[in-house]
Amino acid sequence: MARDLALRGIDCILVERYDINAGASGANHGLLHSGARYVSKDASAAAECRKEGALLKKLASDCIEDTGGLFVAIEGDDERFVADFPRLCARSGIDARSLPVEDAREMEPLLSDKLIAAYRVPDASVDPFKLTLENVHQARALGGSLLRHSEVTGFEIDRHRIVRTRLKNLLTGETFFIQADQVLNAAGAWAKEIAALAGCSLNLLYSKGTLLVTHNRLTRQVINRLRPSSNADILVPGGTVSILGTTSIRIDNLDAIYPTVEETDFILEEGASMIPALEKTRFIRAYAGVRPLLGSSTEGDDRKVSRGFALIDHAESGLNNFATITGGKLTTYRLMAEKAADLISQRLGVSTPCQTRTEPLPSAAGAKWTKPGLAPRMWIKEHAPDDILLCECEMVPKSVVDNLISSIRQQNGTPDLKALGVRSRIGKGACQGTFCALRTGAYLYDKGEVKEEEGLDGIRAFISERWRGIRPLLWDTPLIQAELQEAIYCGMYGLEL
Amino acid sequence: MTEEIERLQFLLDTSADKKVITCDLAVIGAGMSGMAASLFAADRGVDTVQIGIASQIIFSSGLLDLLGVHPVETAQTWKDPWKAIDRLVSDQSDHPFARIEKKHIREAFAEVTAFLGDAGLTYRSDQESNRFVITSLGTLKPTYCAPATMWNGIDALQTTPPGLIVDIRGLRGFSARQITETLKPVWPGLRHATIAFPGMHKAQELYTEPMARSLAVAQNRQALAGLLRPLVEDARVLGVPAILGMQNSRDVQTDMEAMIGIPVFEIPTMPPSIPGLRIREAFETKLPEKGVRVLYQQRVSRIEKTEDGFLLEVGSDKPMATIKTKGVVLATGRFLGKGLNADRKVIREPLLGLPVYQPGARLDWHRFDFLDRRGHLINRSGLEIDGRFRPVDASGKPIYNNLYATGSILAHQDWMRQKCGSGLAIATAYAAVKAFLESALV
Repeated sequence: MARDLALRGIDCILVERYDINAGASGANHGLLHSGARYVSKDASAAAECRKEGALLKKLASDCIEDTGGLFVAIEGDDERFVADFPRLCARSGIDARSLPVEDAREMEPLLSDKLIAAYRVPDASVDPFKLTLENVHQARALGGSLLRHSEVTGFEIDRHRIVRTRLKNLLTGETFFIQADQVLNAAGAWAKEIAALAGCSLNLLYSKGTLLVTHNRLTRQVINRLRPSSNADILVPGGTVSILGTTSIRIDNLDAIYPTVEETDFILEEGASMIPALEKTRFIRAYAGVRPLLGSSTEGDDRKVSRGFALIDHAESGLNNFATITGGKLTTYRLMAEKAADLISQRLGVSTPCQTRTEPLPSAAGAKWTKPGLAPRMWIKEHAPDDILLCECEMVPKSVVDNLISSIRQQNGTPDLKALGVRSRIGKGACQGTFCALRTGAYLYDKGEVKEEEGLDGIRAFISERWRGIRPLLWDTPLIQAELQEAIYCGMYGLEL
Repeated sequence: MTEEIERLQFLLDTSADKKVITCDLAVIGAGMSGMAASLFAADRGVDTVQIGIASQIIFSSGLLDLLGVHPVETAQTWKDPWKAIDRLVSDQSDHPFARIEKKHIREAFAEVTAFLGDAGLTYRSDQESNRFVITSLGTLKPTYCAPATMWNGIDALQTTPPGLIVDIRGLRGFSARQITETLKPVWPGLRHATIAFPGMHKAQELYTEPMARSLAVAQNRQALAGLLRPLVEDARVLGVPAILGMQNSRDVQTDMEAMIGIPVFEIPTMPPSIPGLRIREAFETKLPEKGVRVLYQQRVSRIEKTEDGFLLEVGSDKPMATIKTKGVVLATGRFLGKGLNADRKVIREPLLGLPVYQPGARLDWHRFDFLDRRGHLINRSGLEIDGRFRPVDASGKPIYNNLYATGSILAHQDWMRQKCGSGLAIATAYAAVKAFLESALV
């Protein structure tokens, strides 16, 4: 949104309660849908995905790995569904090509030997962290601003308009106001809460999805189970890892977004029927995000609720300068922004058309460190003699941390470990932060970025955050790693005392 | 399957020219507890063989904790570890400490520290009280017995004179500024400074071991002291990372103090740490001198019960020796040491398939919060034992007459939260060796 508006020359302030990628933007599958997944129940969403996917592959190519995807069915899967699939894909214009199962298994040797059908589709893998950071980067380069750790606490309304938006800086506790001509609510799953602050009601359901990250990349392509959408039927490669998911669990409370032991076991058992090697695979992390789903489903399965998005003009509720955009999915993020920006432009009388449809997304220096495997290659290629590695699993050197600290400072943020973590691979390798948190923590003290107990609190917070994602995976090797971590953090350093 | 048959044949085959070692006691494990058990056995004239990978002991901080915290829920630290043990045992009668007399714990500590002292590692304790050690994070860790090289820091924490902490460029995870910042509320008069380690300017990442070894050379000590002396100013005590030599650490410290002019102390660093490495080297070199036959860097891959003892198959990849022994001390550690392992559902003891106390289903193993003060239930899992430290079955009966378990593999303790790791390792080893000797006399 901020990028789209900035490209139209509209002065925009982006406010975020925590940090960029803190919500579903950072907790998703990293899948650029070909649309094939939606062909049976939502042909228009499928076509939307197809168009946007093709566009983004051209315009945001450095965030995307064009892996291609497979849809595979195994013995016992609904054969009628399998038979209908090519026709349904054709209906939405999606290029799905039938593949002999032997060829599919040759391409992806880890696929089950119980395969009965396979189709190739133009799925791809996308780095969602990089995508968001690059969007924000361009928006700021064009004059937009970003306020992190700023929570919307209320709206002042007068004569059918939001006159001022009241915010709270969560770091300092201070209250401040923004006076804007137009207010757009793009808070994802939190859109309902924001709308409510303006006295508008939204019909939004929350569906939690949990995903598991493997230690090594298992397949070259995206692997989808060819059946009506269900649990754990997609495996997406991302750099050096693969991501398996998801679940879909209705939740009422947005404070409880974390992966559970039960979900993990369930995903694993389901996924293993498609790729048996998953049973013996080492996982390094689990995470969960929330899908905001529109409409009211009284039935159990939230997957039947539309994955389309909605732009809500709150004029009907008596507010003339407020709108909400929510629902949707990562693949259609650009289109959602376009539609919302069209509305804002029209209200402001700005006639410049949308440019994100034609303008490539420029690379941003500060955004590249989210990509698995990039830092090591860069570091080996060229590094200053005193540029030591702070994170050895993912090879993040001091210079990258310096770089990130200054870019966080530019965004008026506090460069604590968590903020460094969302912008780099720190804490995301095999040690899950055990060593790099201590090293980076010490480095932040050295640089004078933290004082007194702040740095220790930062280490505690960072490691607790990483813990949420490893706790459901603690058996075999990750359990050993967790024991080592506790021996150091508690046994030796007494950080729990 | 063929591999399995080969292994069986190997075990049964006594004629081939493979190595067969006969002994009275086999100690499996080369962590603190295995080392201590071998020492106690050797000191009592028991013909002992020790097998295990000694690498993990370097994850030890070098501090010998006895009992620092109880109950863990309230994070209560104890000045007097002996009173803490009384309370722990009365609150929690299944804790391994409940099966050992305090007198024996004292004897065990005395024997181990005397041994380490003979090997050049002087340890100090107040006997009756715990003390706080400054860590490289700037946290204060309660411990019972510490290397003498750390003691000036322990004392200075009480008087807090003007002091100086120095770190080394390229040594990661050790920030003098962090230590002074974190300690500010309790020790405001601390300054910090950074030096480049002499002769190692070119290296990017510095590791503690090459630095510690380089300080065995007087010239290198002089060069280091030459860098430190001008930084002292008003400081009356100087803290440095724990790199003051290997087995000669006391001499290195004394020499440095003479050249710098003020007391110097070591601060334990992130593992693998030099104080842990020193302990490992002391055991590795001195236990064989006491007659212990050691097979370090080897694992026991299989154990068979025989009529009058046990047959152990040893070898990391393929079998390289068979050990015939009357008794076994199982000091194989927990998950990191591979004494226990877990799949998604069950925690197992892999060598003998001994019954393992299960703290609920996996859902219950770990708390939602990593630093939850109550500790993780999985840390209470492990082997349950009788009064003679023999693993027992569900009815409480020992499974084998001469099989003993010691150290962190034992159930109903949480050494990481209770700060009792070394104490548990040493005391239970002492009790197990004592029980073995008593049974051998019968």
